[in-house]
Formats: sequence, structure tokens, C-alpha cells
Amino acid sequence: MKTLFGIGVTNAIAIGTARIIEREAFSTAESSSDVNTEHEITRIHAALEKSRAQILEIIETTDQLNVDIIKTQLDLLDDPSFNKEPIYLIQNHKISAEEAINQITDELYQTFQGFDDDPYIKERATDIKDIGHRILANLTGKDIGFTNLLRENSIVIAYDLVPSQTAQLDRSKIRGLITQVGGTTSHTSIMAKAMGIAAVVGCFDILKHVKNGDTVIVDSKKGEVIISPEEDDYKKYLELKKEYESDLEAVEKFNHIKLQRQDGSPVYVAANIGNTAEAITAKKNGADGIGLFRTEFLFMNRSSLPSEEEQFAAYKEVAEIFADAPVIIRTLDIGGDKDLSYLALPHEDNPYLGVRAIRLCLKYKDMFKEQLCAILRASAFGNLKIMFPMISCLDELNEAKELLNACEYTLDQRGVSYNKSIEVGIMVEIPAVAMAADEFTKSVDFFSIGTNDLTQYALAVDRGNPALSALFSYFHPGVLRLIENTISAAHKAGIPCYMCGEMASDKKAIALLSDYGLDEFSVSIDAIGRVKKIIASQKDIRIQ
Amino acid sequence: MTSREIVIQNKIGLHARPASLLIQQAKQYKSNVMLEKGGVMADLNSIVSLLKMRVKYGDIVILHADGPDEDSALRDLVKLIDSKFGEE
Repeated sequence: MKTLFGIGVTNAIAIGTARIIEREAFSTAESSSDVNTEHEITRIHAALEKSRAQILEIIETTDQLNVDIIKTQLDLLDDPSFNKEPIYLIQNHKISAEEAINQITDELYQTFQGFDDDPYIKERATDIKDIGHRILANLTGKDIGFTNLLRENSIVIAYDLVPSQTAQLDRSKIRGLITQVGGTTSHTSIMAKAMGIAAVVGCFDILKHVKNGDTVIVDSKKGEVIISPEEDDYKKYLELKKEYESDLEAVEKFNHIKLQRQDGSPVYVAANIGNTAEAITAKKNGADGIGLFRTEFLFMNRSSLPSEEEQFAAYKEVAEIFADAPVIIRTLDIGGDKDLSYLALPHEDNPYLGVRAIRLCLKYKDMFKEQLCAILRASAFGNLKIMFPMISCLDELNEAKELLNACEYTLDQRGVSYNKSIEVGIMVEIPAVAMAADEFTKSVDFFSIGTNDLTQYALAVDRGNPALSALFSYFHPGVLRLIENTISAAHKAGIPCYMCGEMASDKKAIALLSDYGLDEFSVSIDAIGRVKKIIASQKDIRIQ
Repeated sequence: MTSREIVIQNKIGLHARPASLLIQQAKQYKSNVMLEKGGVMADLNSIVSLLKMRVKYGDIVILHADGPDEDSALRDLVKLIDSKFGEE
């Protein structure tokens, strides 16, 4: 038995039989001193024609996923780089067809490999390598026709895989992919994600240890490959695989269900998002709304404040995606620990307990009002709610609400429409607020418990400190009481209580939270179906 | 020669699929079609030169068509770009 490591691409687990795919290597002869240019040009044309015919044949016989991927290679064959440039090189430099193709392929490959900032374009380097190899093979007369037949449950293993190879493999027989090189953006990873199968790339030395026919376990979640597993490992993984597959199935069934309690009150499962793109996935995955729209992305990694227009566009986009379903926008939650160069924040010894989040916003009132105006304007396009982070006392909350009023007045003057009865709530993350939650219920429309920060402040544990990870637990009775108190104070006052911290998606916590009467679980976009499934199995809950 | 300025609205810009569709469409005309971004020209018969340009979401580009069917070429290509190549 041998365990190897690499980069896991998906969360899937596969158990199957190793099938090693080798790439035809061939050497190209050196140019002789007298190259017959006309002959070389004829050879190039023939090789290009043959390559084109082969690609067309692959397109004929493969499935839609691969067709889209491999079509680019047809475009490459038509590109002057491949059908005019080699001719020019042969004529002017008197080199062989092979040398011309090698030169062009290498140069283009290097150029595209250099586009680090653009992964979609950088991927084309693989296509260039692939088609270059094919033209070369056709020039040297090598047959790179693929006769690799796959058996059921194959784990395909190779040094690296290119589009024309994967396009010729029988997809239905592949359970997993392993390559010795590669990363999360290589072709193999793209294929694995698209196919939804287990894959490990960058698996150092895999080819040295595996042989055809070996039983192989691919744990894509951990990035582990086990060759010829022992009995117990095999059994364990069989179980994990079953669990993973049933989760997947369940998730698809549960994504779009709506939950409610016996008394008819709804229980929502919403999503936490950090940018507008995630909103689309959240909707697709069945989110009942957005429980936390983090707005920091608009302010970070830039050299100046985002304008009201820019912010408005982002908030409006998400508002429209969710239409009637609520979207809770959290105002800027950032502090001295993050680099906002354009604000020139003074150094603090303890930025986590410093001027951050709402405190920062109340200090930089103009910036805060711009954000509030942008949110108000966007509220005309959907069902937006505003949430203030890190509120520690009523004074802060009142000041923030006054600024919101000022913004409403400004918009009235401008004649701009907005939701005049927009709901305003607070994140409950400071222990004193959770303890005296009833003091705040009259001033807000909802609470949202931020368990990550609540837990760290309540237990005096820095959640980022690995030395303390054993102490960081939201199951500590003290933390549970804070949560319970918050929810019960909210309900006593007739307002809902939501949760947007990690605890909401914790399998072990959901039963408890459901018992406490939590009205909304806001979780990461991939956890929606899973969480709905768990809540649905609670005794007090039924599916609408 | 006719030219038209246009904004790219595809979320991930002119990556492989839209680039390919643009090239395929441009091939249909007798006219020579070019795309200009920031003063640099790409011939739309070459997917390599188009990809090298790394046209992104929000980029303002100029389409140039030169030939007997330049008007219909421009009109069709603009329509294709405006349709966001069927994405989203």
C-alpha cells in the first residue's frame, strides 16, 4: 500500500482500477543542411490537413463537454501562426517543417503561459501544446490515434492530460483522474470539475508507484491517492464514498425546498456571499435569500474609495437576482488589520478591538453615507435590508440610524426613489449586546448572530490562533446561553433572529439552533442543500 | 472602411468560447475585419492575436471592417458582441 499526495480538485471520492495513459513521445530529426523548402512546405500543408481531419473526427465522436473544449484547436489550425508563419520560417530560414512547428509552438506556449493574471486565456497554452504535438506527430508519421480502451471504474492516470486525449476517453467509464503534474487551473482540473469526479493533480511520483490494474482510491477532498489499499482503508473509503454520493443526491433534492415549523412559521436557509458573482450561485443552489452580503470586496484591493455609483451597481445587481427574496447587506466591516491605503488608518495595538466596522464608519461619516445612499437607491430594485456590524451600544445604533435618515432626506431632495420602509438590523457579535439583547429589540427589525466573533469575544480566544483552536468552541455553555438569550429576546419582542456564522452550517449545532427557534440559517453557498436536509429532519420541522 | 466602438459585456471577457465565435463569424465576410483595443490591432482571422489581447469585461474596443461587405460585417459582429455571445 502506498499513499501519495497532490492537489485535490473536487470533493468527490473514487475507488477504481488504475489505467495509465502514456503520451507518445517522439524525437524530431535535426535539420540537414540542405532543406528543400518546397518539400517542407508541402509536408506542412499535409500535416495541417491531417490534423484538422483528426480533430473533426474527435469532435464527431465525443460528447458536448469535450466538443466545446476542443473546438479551439480548429481555430488554432486556421490561425496564421500555424498556417502562414511556418511557411515564412521555412522559406526565410531554410529550416525543416518540424523545426518550424517546434519554434512556433514553443513561442506561443511561452507567451500564453505568461498570462498569469488571466487564467482563462492562460489555459489556451495547453491547447497550443496539444495541437503542436499533433501536427508534429503527423509530420513524423507517428500514429497518435488513440486505442486506449477503458474498463469500468477506471482511474485514469497520466503525467499530464491534454484536451485531445480526454476527448477520446469514454467518459462513462472514468471514475477519477490523477496527473503527476498540474494545478487547479490545468485541463485535468477543468475536466474533473465539469464531470464532477474525483481528481488529484500535481501528484508527485504517481507514475513511479502505480501500475495498470492496481486498485486506487482517489480522495479528492484531501488530495490523497492510495494505491493498493489495505482492507480497512478500503472499507472506510467505501463508506465515505457512499456517504458522499448520498449527500450529493440529497443535496440536489433539498436545495429548493422551503421549510417551516409546526406552527407554520418559516425557517429560512440563506447564503453568505462576498461578491456579486456568488449571488448567482447562491440562487442556483436554492438559497432562500442572502443572510449576509459582505461589502468589503468593494473597498479592498484598490487605491481609492468606491464611488456611490459603483456600490449602487453591485447592490442593485444582487437585489435584482433575488427579486422578492430578502438580501441583507452588511455595512463596511473592516479595520486596521486590513490595508485600506486610501484611508491612512492610524496604527492600533489591537485592531480587532479597535476602530473598526461601525466605529470606523461613524468616524468616516461621508464614506458611510455614500454606502448608505448606494444601498437605499438599490433598495428600489429588490428586497434589501441593512445590517450594522459590531454594534456595542444603543448610542452607536442611534447614530447610525440618524445617518441613514440623513441619506433618505438627501435622496428625497434628489428625487430618487428607494424603499422608505427598508428594514434595519444589527449583527449580534459583542457579548454584552447578546446578554442585554432585550435592550436592543425595540430599535431594530431583526438580529443576526455572528457566531465567529461572538465566540471569540466571549471566550477571549483569538480564532486565528492555532495554539488556541481547542478552546474556540461555540458549544461552550456560556456561548450557547448568549445565543439562546438573543433568540428568545428577539422573539419576545416579536422580531426575527437570524444567524450568519459558521455555527449555522455545523451538523452538530443545527438541532440545537432549531430548538432555540432560529428563524434563518445563513450559510456558505455550497452548504445550502446539506443544511436544508439536516433541518428538514428535525422533529419540529416540515417541508412546505 | 467602417468602424464602430463597442463595450464588452461578457463577465469573463473574450475568453476561448466568445473569441472562437467572433472569429467564426468574421470569417464569413469578404472584408478584412480587425479589432482594436488601446491602439493595438488584432486581425480577426487569427484567434491567437485576439486571445493575446486579453479583452476583458468593460473594455471599450473598436471594430474595423474593410471591404465590399463591410457594413453587414460590422452590423452582424456588433450584434454578436451585444448579445454577450449567449452567455449569462
